[in-house]
Amino acid sequence: MTREEIIKPENLVYRRTPVLTDNIMHYCPGCGHGTIHRLIAEVIEEMGIQDKTIGISPVGCSVLAYNYFDVDFVEAAHGRAPACGTAIKRLNPDKYVFTYQGDGDLAAIGTAETIHACNRGENITMIFVNNAIYGMTGGQMAPTTLLGMKTATCPYGRTVEANGYPLKITELIAQLPGTYYVTRQAVFTPAHVRKCKKAIRQAFENQNLKKGVSFVEVVSNCNSNWKMTATKANQWLEENMLPFYPLGDLKTPEK
Amino acid sequence: MAFQGTLVIDTEKCKGCGVCVETCPNKVIALSKKVNKKGYNYLEMVKEEACIGCANCAVICPDGVIEVYRAKY
Repeated sequence: MTREEIIKPENLVYRRTPVLTDNIMHYCPGCGHGTIHRLIAEVIEEMGIQDKTIGISPVGCSVLAYNYFDVDFVEAAHGRAPACGTAIKRLNPDKYVFTYQGDGDLAAIGTAETIHACNRGENITMIFVNNAIYGMTGGQMAPTTLLGMKTATCPYGRTVEANGYPLKITELIAQLPGTYYVTRQAVFTPAHVRKCKKAIRQAFENQNLKKGVSFVEVVSNCNSNWKMTATKANQWLEENMLPFYPLGDLKTPEK
Repeated sequence: MAFQGTLVIDTEKCKGCGVCVETCPNKVIALSKKVNKKGYNYLEMVKEEACIGCANCAVICPDGVIEVYRAKY
């Protein structure tokens, strides 16, 4: 079969979703943010809620997320996305509200907002991208940085004596009664990407039930600040991050 | 029955990260020696007849530059 015979609308298997805009993303080559953006956009397209979705972008690499989604967006102050999401959801209970945050935003400066929004049981979806480093500001140590991992502010590796332990914020909030669905996913192989999309879809659908926060942590890479190529970073992620941040559901809805 | 697939690659949006090359089961795709306007070695098909249209490359692509078609024959 020739190429022209195959390229027909009825043979289409996969295309870029129209919920993403045509802008070229500013993320580094191979960054997991692009994949996670696409998954959220695909879920919005499949559920047909493009005109009923409001996103909240954080401060960090994904601060410009509103340039890439063709949905309504609000840019919150550093770490305050859950507080902003609370207000939007309470004023517009029929809209789908999601926050998109990195580990510096959600687990460091925004810890109070995150924990209290989860404890109040706000009916929002939170997407938490964990790459164990501050990406935008140049690779400083984050609360989620692994022990022994080298960053700009711990150049000899993170130690317990000097820097304390890495924070597993997802395990922490899974204990709170206000959360309904808590899961940890990754996006470094096609199989994990497909699983992650199912989890994000579940998290958006849970908003119809009005039972509390749906929280999806996505373990992602930062190849620029890890100082690796994109493929090497994905291998490093599998070997070093996954033993400490095991994938799977931490809290599933009771059936 | 078998499947024959093909890709439409938006070379101007490709950043040449090479994540997709690792995921291809039949080694259909590779990074080109040429560069696009931004200076990245973009993705191209090198073994077009071996593509089965599994869409692994498109699913992993951070920038969504790959469109996948698949036909039965």
